[in-house]
Amino acid sequence: MTTVKILKYVIYDILRSRIVIGYTILLFAVTYGIIYTGKDASKAIISLLNVVMLVVPLVSIIFGTIHFYNSREFMQMMLALPVKRKNIFWAEYLGLSFALSISFTLGVGLPLLIYGASAASLYLIFSGAALSFIFTSLSFLASVINNDKTRGIGLSLIIWFYTAIIFDAIVLMIYFLFSDYPLEKFTVIISALNPIDLARILVLLKMDISALMGYTGATLRLFFGSAFGTVFSFAFLIIWILAPTAIALKVFNRKNF
Amino acid sequence: MKNISKISKFFIASCLFITSHLGFGKDIIVTEGNSIKNAVESSSEGDRIMVSSGIYFESGIIITKKIELIGKDYPIVDGGSIGEIFTVKASGVVIKGFVVKNSGFSSLKDFAAIRVENSINCIIQDNKLINNYFGIYLAGANDCKVFNNEIISNAVKESASGNGIHLWKCDNILIKNNSVSGHRDGIYFEFVTHSKISENFSFNNIRYGLHFMFSNWDDYEYNVFSTNGAGVAVMYTKYVKMINNRFENNWGRPNSYGLLLKDISESFIFKNTFHKNTVGIFAEGVSKVNIEYNLFTENGYAAKILGNCTEDTIKANNFISNSFDISTNSSRNSNLFYGNYWDKNKGYDLNKDGFSDAPYRPVSMFSMMVEQTPESIFLLRSFLVNLLDLAEKVMPVIIPESLIDLNPRMEPVI
Repeated sequence: MTTVKILKYVIYDILRSRIVIGYTILLFAVTYGIIYTGKDASKAIISLLNVVMLVVPLVSIIFGTIHFYNSREFMQMMLALPVKRKNIFWAEYLGLSFALSISFTLGVGLPLLIYGASAASLYLIFSGAALSFIFTSLSFLASVINNDKTRGIGLSLIIWFYTAIIFDAIVLMIYFLFSDYPLEKFTVIISALNPIDLARILVLLKMDISALMGYTGATLRLFFGSAFGTVFSFAFLIIWILAPTAIALKVFNRKNF
Repeated sequence: MKNISKISKFFIASCLFITSHLGFGKDIIVTEGNSIKNAVESSSEGDRIMVSSGIYFESGIIITKKIELIGKDYPIVDGGSIGEIFTVKASGVVIKGFVVKNSGFSSLKDFAAIRVENSINCIIQDNKLINNYFGIYLAGANDCKVFNNEIISNAVKESASGNGIHLWKCDNILIKNNSVSGHRDGIYFEFVTHSKISENFSFNNIRYGLHFMFSNWDDYEYNVFSTNGAGVAVMYTKYVKMINNRFENNWGRPNSYGLLLKDISESFIFKNTFHKNTVGIFAEGVSKVNIEYNLFTENGYAAKILGNCTEDTIKANNFISNSFDISTNSSRNSNLFYGNYWDKNKGYDLNKDGFSDAPYRPVSMFSMMVEQTPESIFLLRSFLVNLLDLAEKVMPVIIPESLIDLNPRMEPVI
């Protein structure tokens, strides 16, 4: 109950900053533009995929970090009251991640659904929303372990840069160096290690990657070519939401404000 | 006067009727409960055997005379899973309007529902063949026609199933408007020349929709090949024309091709549609083949053209929404690409002649990478891969530099 009460104030605070509204309008404009200029639906989703996989994590993690540092005084005030730390944390986290994922769903989902919903577009909306949750929780983790705002934002940027680009570069290098070795199990394992890759595969499984998986060995085909791959991706996206949140909460509970 | 003219008309008509029977054989009617086999044995050259509707449990009907076998309202001939059902060993035989079911299965002999052996001018039309080992089997037959048949079976294993329409050592055959499903190969051609396969629908066969070997000077056009195990295979053949066919939905298996070409030369592939195949065209050892005015949409790879393909012309095709357009395993290219439409081409056309002013390289770096390490498909459409592809397009290092469309079209060819 307490969580819900605080949540109201958090959401009020987020809406007042107008950044979330601007984010929604930006996503809406980009999505509408891509759909309007594109010739076919699958191409529009592929273009959107690139936007979603870069912009959503970046905005979520940076906005999340800034929001956390800006609400420090509010949190300190709340901590002086007889309120459990857990409740304050959850209110902040849920308020922010719901605000971001709802604005994503409205910005990207609305034009997509008006244009004609397909399995791939629904998966795109779902994975975008999941990425909002994941990167908000990573931003809370980054800011809860750093007292200094600059360091916190720096760490957030590094996390984004790592998951969006560096991770893939490392994987590509491993593929290149170890191409003589069986890499199927390796692929299954690393796919779970990066939420952006996981989200991308989840969408592509509904598009064309399932066909191209045919060329790899049987394990990978079985894994991603079947419903099991989808379930696996879903499960790991949820783990990616829960794990950083749990760690951040643990640190938050013991933190000396 | 009126009466006389009526009588004379009747007389002339009956004369014609009688002479027609004397000159061209007689009609034999077989009804349910009687044997088609006996009727065939007692018939003579030129007779017509009319079989009325019903179920006939028979097999091993061997036709050695020029007769016509005609089913009225689709009589069912059930072979009871023993041996072959109809075997034609005479020329000019017609088999029309039957439902032929349950031929025998053997590992030693290719039992068929209808077999034509060393004959000419036979016609197999309007039959429904259900659950047979082989459907229609033509061996050493010339000038025959197979049309409007519906052939269905329920093959599970490649080694324990036969082909829908099987041709071996034939010449000048017409295969038209048949529908084949659930066999090993839908239509099988080996040593068949000057023949035409048109307007057939071959689907859900466990190996190939059409399997084609050592068969020169054949045409196939307006066929649809859909959801077969491995698509269509054309091998070791010259002078084939493939026009206006649809190859679709061969998806997700390592050997899911729309069209597999192996050691083909001097052939034409025109105006076909390749839709939703893992690989649209897989070409190995193909030379002097013209691939023109085809449409490739939503394939994993539109075309895989291996390094041993030479002097082919890939011209005026449309490549739309494929994951990869062209893939190859070689750093050299000895085929000609020009005037194709590539939807991934971001070229410009300043002189407005409909052709891009800048050349286009249809092979992406990432497709070369996937060729080498298939698992790296995991990184498909990641930001990094897009970035590297772009860099490679500007400065080719890994992709074959000579595989280039010098004047790609700006708009799709219609």
